[in-house]
Amino acid sequence: MVKSKSAYSVPSKLGKLDTHIIVVWVDNEASVLSRVVGLFSGRGYNIESLAVAEVDQKENLSRITIVTTGTPQVIEQIVLQLKKLVPVHKVGNFKREDKNVIFKEMALFKIVANSVKIKKALNACKKYNPVILDQTNKSAVIQITALRREIDKMAKNLKSLGLISASRTGAVAMTRGAEVFN
Amino acid sequence: MPKLYTGAEIVFKCLEDQKVEHIFGYPGGAVLPIYDELKNHSSIKHILVRHEQGAGHAAEGYARSSGKPGVVLVTSGPGATNVVTALTDAYMDSVPLVCISGQVPTHLIGTDAFQECDTTGITRPCTKHNWLVKDINDLPRIMHEAFEVATTGRPGPVLVDIPKDIQFAKAKYFFPKKEKKIEIKNKNKFKQKDIDQLIELMNKASRPIFYTGGGVVNSGPKASELLRELVALTGFPITSTLQGLGSYPGDDNQFLGMLGMHGTYEANNAMHDCDLLINIGARFDDRITGKIDEFSPKSKKVHIDIDPSSINKIIKVDLAIVGDVADVIKSTTKTLKKKNLNLQKSNKQKISKWWQKIQKWRTKESLNFINSDKIIKPQHAVQRLYELTKNQDTFITTEVGQHQMWAAQHYKFNKPNRWMTSGGLGTMGYGLPAAVGVQVAHPKKLVIDVAGEASILMTMQEISTAIQYNLPIKIFILNNQYMGMVRQWQELLHEKNYSESYSEALPDFVKLAEAYGCVGIRAETPHELDDKIQEMIDIDKPVIFDCHVDQSENCFPMIPSGKPHNQMLLGPKDQEENKITGKGKALV
Repeated sequence: MVKSKSAYSVPSKLGKLDTHIIVVWVDNEASVLSRVVGLFSGRGYNIESLAVAEVDQKENLSRITIVTTGTPQVIEQIVLQLKKLVPVHKVGNFKREDKNVIFKEMALFKIVANSVKIKKALNACKKYNPVILDQTNKSAVIQITALRREIDKMAKNLKSLGLISASRTGAVAMTRGAEVFN
Repeated sequence: MPKLYTGAEIVFKCLEDQKVEHIFGYPGGAVLPIYDELKNHSSIKHILVRHEQGAGHAAEGYARSSGKPGVVLVTSGPGATNVVTALTDAYMDSVPLVCISGQVPTHLIGTDAFQECDTTGITRPCTKHNWLVKDINDLPRIMHEAFEVATTGRPGPVLVDIPKDIQFAKAKYFFPKKEKKIEIKNKNKFKQKDIDQLIELMNKASRPIFYTGGGVVNSGPKASELLRELVALTGFPITSTLQGLGSYPGDDNQFLGMLGMHGTYEANNAMHDCDLLINIGARFDDRITGKIDEFSPKSKKVHIDIDPSSINKIIKVDLAIVGDVADVIKSTTKTLKKKNLNLQKSNKQKISKWWQKIQKWRTKESLNFINSDKIIKPQHAVQRLYELTKNQDTFITTEVGQHQMWAAQHYKFNKPNRWMTSGGLGTMGYGLPAAVGVQVAHPKKLVIDVAGEASILMTMQEISTAIQYNLPIKIFILNNQYMGMVRQWQELLHEKNYSESYSEALPDFVKLAEAYGCVGIRAETPHELDDKIQEMIDIDKPVIFDCHVDQSENCFPMIPSGKPHNQMLLGPKDQEENKITGKGKALV
């Protein structure tokens, strides 16, 4: 073994990476998002996607949904570190495979093509609740809601049908059934 | 109609209600209204430092030695950026600080105004929380919340950024109710069954050890008393981290000394071979654990900490107890007594074997060094300092490097809050301003900064503060003309390439002391050391003591990087013996 010249220990083997959806309820105040995001960048955690909006105007609460990957130990740290932040009320943590949780992302596709192709494009989106938000005789804006990988696939497939621009949100999540996360 | 107060008045009303007696600060354009108000509040004394970093470290020393939060007052821009090192230091070592910074007026924020910087943006990663006050009506709530956040749970620094127009604006003053959200964050979360489980583990253990840290000190003097009771009741050996020194008497027989990179042979081997490791208020820092994969491989691990995020961060533990150290120890002792378990008696046979093993390690005398009668050995200097000051209540601060480790190894602390050192961040230049803060909190006590000649030059200007306020701090410099720890690493790991670690053109510290208006003393030979140390102690003024020590001395024992606890490098005496046996073997 090569003699280590570092004052620090060598990294040990990385564990298995899981994808988790972390839901954070925070006070809707200035710089709260940068506190949450800064925690991730400062400690070297990943953010795959991010969705933020106020959910309760009276209580002044925002809900942040973060998709992240990490070893079980890192995910546990993320949750515990988030809970320490002063504006954070509660933190939910779900595995992406969790059957009891619904995840959705939304995408807007702008198609510039003739009406035949637009029709084909709309048809291709059939499974993902397509809504036409705007249409002219040579273009259309289609909204779909789906999982991340489904939107990835659609964005690829629609290229040949005249997709010229795609705008996507981060994932949002909600538990199934009557229970509310506490 | 209730009386209206200006922002500056509200700041002081909050400080008064929080029973703040001292603030450390430096004035500037954006905090002038607050400084203007200072004269109307005689219960609050302001200590003028020479650099804002000094204010931060002084407040740290003040907080650590008194248990009260340290308060810092600085101006916008460079005032705030200069204090960042101290805030980060306090964040790493869990020291409660409340830093109030001035900011340019609200309407100029974001315009790159004179002495403007994004203070809350810059300090966000190095504070527990920070606030930019945009509405005068929020000021009383924010100020009190700042103290609440800084001092509860795992303590730490906070910052309140107050624009100049807010300092002039007027509002009502009120003492707000405590925020429920913060209380929930800091609540003890352990149950009786956790304590029962701990006691069961303690009952079964045959090679147990307590590993205690700064959390015991932060939990208050009561926690140290409770710890002593628990250790006596169980008969278990105990070791401490750098930050935890003093929470258990350093000269007690059950104490194995400090553990970690420069810890004792017996403490580190006991950590490696134990079958039950009880961590009380420590955080498995990388200077403690060495190689993670081989850290204490045979033990069940228990972690007691108020900060849930410290648990399972580095080392997976078998039992986690989230709560204030004092409360947890209290419940444990109570349960032990109630169950009428006298572990010391029932476990005696098992544990006495363990103690025999520890005694064997102790015979290595890993802190030993080869003394000299011609040149002062730094370890000898610290030992003499200890012997000549141990009869009075002495407070020690340090800078960072070899001298810090020698002080930790050879100075024995009997009480908590007597040892102030920068452990987590390792800030050179911490010790002198920290000593200023300690002396402010304890005017009649002996306060000594064990320093290195390189570190001391980083915040040398604060000696001027000590003189201004008649703070008779003693700066005990172990002068080897090298950045000693850097030189040691270069010798051991970089083939003696002493790249930029030698300080040429050092000042004459005796003349420097005189220039500042204090007393300078120089010691160059071992036989004059005692008299000169005594002279230093007897002078009722700040003293700079320039102790010329062996330039090539290394700090041992040492765990080389990437090695586990049981592969320590011992001192030159032992290395020589090993060499001989090596050759001897080859001959056979």
